[in-house]
Formats: sequence, structure tokens, C-alpha cells
Amino acid sequence: MAETKSVLLVGVGGQGTILASKILSAGLVEAGYDVKMSEIHGMAQRGGSVSTQVRYGYEVFSPIIGRGEADVLVSFEAMEALRWLEYLKPNGKVVVNDYKIPSAPILMGKEDYPEGVIDIIKSKANTSVINAANIAEELGNMKVMNIVLLGALVKAMDLSDIDWEKAIKDNVKEKFVDINLKAFQRGMDAV
Amino acid sequence: MKKLLTGNEAIALGAYEAGIHYASAYPGTPSTEILEELAHYKEKIIAEWAPNEKVALESALGASIFGARSLAAMKHVGLNVAADPFFTAGYTGVNGGMVLITADDPGLHSSQNEQDNRYYAKFGKVAMIEPSDSQEAKDMVKIAMEISEEFDTLVLMRLTTRVCHSKSLVEVGERKEVPLKPYKKNLMKYYVAPAVAKQLHVKVEERLKRLEKFSNETDLNYIEWNDKKIGIISSGIAYQYAKEVFGNNASYLKLGFTNPLPVDKIKKFAQEVETIYVVEELEPFIEEQVKALGIDCIGKDKIPNIWELNPEIVEKSLLGNERETIKYDKSIVVNRPPTLCAGCPHRAFFYELGKRKNTIITGDIGCYTLGGAEPLNAMDTTICMGASVSLGHGMEKLINKYNDDRRVVSVIGDSTFFHSGMTSLLDVVYNKSNTITCILDNRVTGMTGHQDNPGTGYTLQGETTKMANIPEIVKALGVEHVRTINPLKLDELKEAFDWAYDLDEPSVIISRWPCALKRLSEYDKKEFKYVPGVCEVDQEKCIGCKMCVNTGCPAIYFDKETKKSSIDEVQCVGCELCMQVCPVKAISKVGE
Repeated sequence: MAETKSVLLVGVGGQGTILASKILSAGLVEAGYDVKMSEIHGMAQRGGSVSTQVRYGYEVFSPIIGRGEADVLVSFEAMEALRWLEYLKPNGKVVVNDYKIPSAPILMGKEDYPEGVIDIIKSKANTSVINAANIAEELGNMKVMNIVLLGALVKAMDLSDIDWEKAIKDNVKEKFVDINLKAFQRGMDAV
Repeated sequence: MKKLLTGNEAIALGAYEAGIHYASAYPGTPSTEILEELAHYKEKIIAEWAPNEKVALESALGASIFGARSLAAMKHVGLNVAADPFFTAGYTGVNGGMVLITADDPGLHSSQNEQDNRYYAKFGKVAMIEPSDSQEAKDMVKIAMEISEEFDTLVLMRLTTRVCHSKSLVEVGERKEVPLKPYKKNLMKYYVAPAVAKQLHVKVEERLKRLEKFSNETDLNYIEWNDKKIGIISSGIAYQYAKEVFGNNASYLKLGFTNPLPVDKIKKFAQEVETIYVVEELEPFIEEQVKALGIDCIGKDKIPNIWELNPEIVEKSLLGNERETIKYDKSIVVNRPPTLCAGCPHRAFFYELGKRKNTIITGDIGCYTLGGAEPLNAMDTTICMGASVSLGHGMEKLINKYNDDRRVVSVIGDSTFFHSGMTSLLDVVYNKSNTITCILDNRVTGMTGHQDNPGTGYTLQGETTKMANIPEIVKALGVEHVRTINPLKLDELKEAFDWAYDLDEPSVIISRWPCALKRLSEYDKKEFKYVPGVCEVDQEKCIGCKMCVNTGCPAIYFDKETKKSSIDEVQCVGCELCMQVCPVKAISKVGE
């Protein structure tokens, strides 16, 4: 556990990136890593682009990273993956949700949602495309998309050995534990 | 036991463990969560939202003079509001220990400037500490209390966004109860009339000398010896970035106590290393003082003094290394700016106001600042808390004097009005301008995440309290023309604007409807009746005119292919604004 690893989770305000980061951090702490996590509050909540960074290793100094430094980029929305792709190491991995949320200029018909976003990302980096919306819908609650993606991330980062069940139980309301555990497993299976 | 905590959570925990009795703040990103966390310790700590930062600091100073350990917290620009008591508290000193937390926002994530508040400590001649992670943040609150009481000084604790909102591991301890110190009337200390102040200034200078000695001796300022070719002097989060980049390939003088600086320690460090880098975010606060000692160092000639730093920027600035990144065409990525939420009561207000010709709109600080963005575009200025009303007054006086035909509408939120809009409105009345002041009362302090304020009827610790009555306040200030309207009704808005524009005396329009995200209080449930259901577009009737789209509601989507609008039923809260703007009545309410 020497080298510090960096995970960048991005999405749109309201998608649950912060909860996913919280569970990720809790699991990593339980496993004995030093962990730092950074998030931005305020204006970003209002439907804007959001990002959370989780770093873990033997001893972590900076809670944030710059461009070209993330080992994994997890994007809860397709276009957001492209916005943040420059933060990924050239040999890093992408976990991207095949899910589009049009931003204000697109909703208003002033601009178009870019074509072929997923294909561009696939051509540039080692990419796992997850259809988290379909999985969440099958499970009966769209809100668990974030945990599906967390499962995929854990698999991509080779962190399956950690007790994620405990981390999930400690961080979600009791009545949602079961569905979140299922969502997590489906996400792991999807990579 | 170790817990992963944000810097703000760690400060609240540190304050609890340090036996603090009283805390006050005005919400402001990135400082807000400190008081929200402290509020949980109801049995032990009195925690309050003050109407503004000046009041928060004065209340905390009162608690300290009475003998309590106290804390005030605010964002960086909040200290500008609290600057008056801050400077005098620098003279009086304290009785019970007192810490003032300033949370700076390098990178302007949620602020109107990125001032470096470390200069306040030097300016106000008080002690300053700077944590670089959550464990230090917690420990330093306790140490701040000891320094404050030992040296009879206010301690300024300077945080930045990345310290406030980053989580790192913190060892949880126990609270140590500290009895109140006795209060004794002491005119030579707290009665700061000129003759007293003159003597206090002498004491302040003596105190600074003692604090400098402390700065040289304390473990808060420590040296890590490694390779001595490069020596790095740093504080706060910038220290973590430097460690990330240089690791054990440099020696460090890590500063946790940064006013006054440890001159002897700096000289000693400088003698032993070949090249000194001063790594600090924003201004050259440390660098200028190191250079004034005649010590050669490299700082802001290489590291930018604008926006926040990160390891990448530090590495590129000092070592010239550029990280390899994936190359792609980023221009196809469409912007994702923050927007007013679906159902936000501000939307209809700005939609209607934006139609007015020959109007200058002075705005203020809050969610409603977004009324100035696309597609509503209904704002000319936003400066600082409360400025909408006074700026509008200044403009209107000139408009009247030079017979200009424009009108000024000042727009301010409920919490911002309580914060510093009331005195501005008094000026409008006193100096006789006919501005139209609109108070957007959404029944909560919205932008910072739903804090109670004097208008909500609840305190920070959940007690019911007297609910400030905005119409009565503005009438008491002397405004004779006051109307309260429901902003979700466009005809009410239009009629109110027509009425106000025709007056040649000051008027106030209170737009009263709760924030769409607010968890309604018992009061709210009685006052505001919602018609259930969501809005739906009849695709047959829709003519693709985009009137609904131009309200900027994020629940409305315009399909360029079919040239029709549709509404996302998950996001829609049924505010009915789109129904009112649709010229062909293609939108109706469905569901329960």
C-alpha cells in the first residue's frame, strides 16, 4: 500500500457523487489506508458540474490532484467524463455511466449534446462503459445509480477484498441497504 | 478512535473538546458547516446564527469578556463586515479564550473575490494559526484557546476551502470542561475610549513581542530536515501540495503559527539550506516578510498569486515539469453552469422583471444572483451583501437630478436584507430616492444550504423564536408603499411592478414563497398551499415557440428535431410558471 492512488468522481449536482465518495472513503479507512477526500460545495449544487476526489495510500499529503494525475476517473454522466478526461493519467482507467443529462444551454436548444462522447473516451483511454440507469431501473430505484458505479469502480481499482457491505450499511438508511448492496454487486459484475 | 472528518467538522469537534461555551456565525461558504456541527452539542455549547458577521464577532467577544471560551466563524468577506469589532478586539484582548475563524476561498468557488485574510492578522496585530489538514484543525482550536488566554489576545484561525471541505483522519478525544472565568469590570481594558485605547496600543505592541518569542519556540512551527539543497517554507494547504511534489527531497519549515512569524527559526533554516522556496497560496504574505529579513527566496515570481494551487501547479512553477495528459478536443464539451432549481420562486420574479424596459437592476448575494445569468439576464450588478439597495439609491439620486428616464430596481434576499439591507433601505428613505426594493423572501437562507435566519421562526439549535416581520420592518424604516405578493403568479408580479413604477416615492415589493428545496416548517405548511401535480406539455398543441424554455427551468427540454418542448416529471414540482407563459395553453397540470 505504498503508492498513493487517486480517484476522481464527477457528475452533475444531485447525482449522489458525494455519497458514493463517502462509502468509498469509509471502506478504504476500514482497510487501513490513509485517506483524503475533497469536495466542493456552494454554487455547484445548483445543477452544475460536480467533482469529488478520493486519494488513498500509506501517507497522503494533498487532498486534491491536478491534470494528468487520476488513476481512475468515474463519471456519473457521459459528457462530464469528457470534461474531466484531462485529469486522468494517460494509462489510467475510465468508468463511465452511459447516461446523458443535458445542461442548460442544451435544454434551451442553444447547443447540442456532443455526438459520440463514449466512443471518443473509449478511443483515448482504458474504458468500462456501465449502463447504470438500466441496472438501477431493473432494481426499481433510479437513485441507486451511484452505488452501481461505486461497485464498478471498486472492481476497476482491484479493491474487491475490502468489506464494502459494512461501508454501505454504515452510510445508507436501513431500508435502503438491501437495494444498495444489490446495486453494488451489479456494478462489480458489469466491469 | 479515528474518524474521517472535514476541516469544518474537525473544528467543531476541537471546539467541543476545548470546552468552548459559546459560538456565533453568519453562514458563508466554505465556513457554514462549523456552526451546523457545533449546534449538535446543545447541552454544552450555545451555538447561534447571527444576522451578520459583525454581530457574530461582537456576540462572541461579549461571551469572552464575560469569561466564556468563545468562537466566531465566517467566510473571508464576512471579516470585512466584522472588521470594526475585529480591530478593537485586537486592542482589548480577551477574558475567556476566543478564536475567530476566517474561511478564505482561493479559486472563488463560491465568492466574489479571493482576498487573502492572513493580512488581517498583521493589520489587527493578533495571533494567527493555519492548519493544513483536519487533525491540525482540531488540535489548533484547543491550542488557540490556550494562546488566547495566556497572551490575552484574539486568535485568528485562517482556513481555506480545501482545508474546510477536505476530509482526513482525526483522532477523537474527550471534552475538557473549563469553568467560566470571573467577570470583573475593567475600564482600562474594555472601555476603549481614546485615553484607554492609547494605553492599550502600548500593550498590544508588547504582546506582539511576546508572541514572536512564542512563535520561535512553539512546535506549531517546526523544521523537517531532509536534503538541504532545497528548503521550503510553507503553511496551510500549500504545505501539503509542497510535500506531494518534493516529498523527502527537500527540507521544510512548516508554519502553523503565522503571525507574528518565527524570525529566528526562519533565519536558522535559511542558513542551512541552499535555495529557499516559499510555497503559499494567493499573496506573498510569508515571502515579503522573509525578504524583509534580507533572506533571498523564490516565491511569487514563479508561483501564481491568483486562484488556488494544487500539486500540478506547484510542480510546474518550481520544477518546470509538465504532466502528460490525454489530448482531445475539449471544445465539444458544453458548459454546465449552475441554474435556479425547478420550481424556484425567483425564476418567475426575474422572468417578469426582465421584461421591463429602461430599468437598471442592482442585485445581491444569494441564489438569486443567478437571475443575472442566461436566459433570464435580469441583473446589472452584484457587489457584496446588502449593496443592491444602497447602490440603487446612489443611481436613482443621479437619475432624478439629471432627469434620466430610467428606473432602478434593487433585488435582495430575506437573509441578505437582515444581514445588511436594512440600513441601506433606511438611507433610501432618509435621503429620498424612489428606488423599488424587492425582497425575495424564500423563507430560508438558501445558497449556503438552508440555514434558519431571523425570518424563519427557528434558531440554529431548533428552538422556536420570534419571527421577524419584513413588512413591519420596512414600514418602520419609513417606507410607505409596501406590497407582499406571490411570485408564482405572473399577473400579481406585473401588477406590483406597474404600481411601483408609477410611484415617485420609495417602495418595497416582498416576493414571498418558500425555496423549492426547503423542508417546510410548521409555519410554512399553514401559510403556503401547494396545488399537487406536475406540468405536462400536450405535444399536439405545442407550437415550438420556446416561451417555456426561456424561463430557464431545468425540467423543460426542447427537442430540436421535433421542435416541441417536454417536461421531466421527476424534476418538475408543479410551480405552473410554464403554464402561465405558454401562449397556446399547451401545458396543463396532471397527477394528484
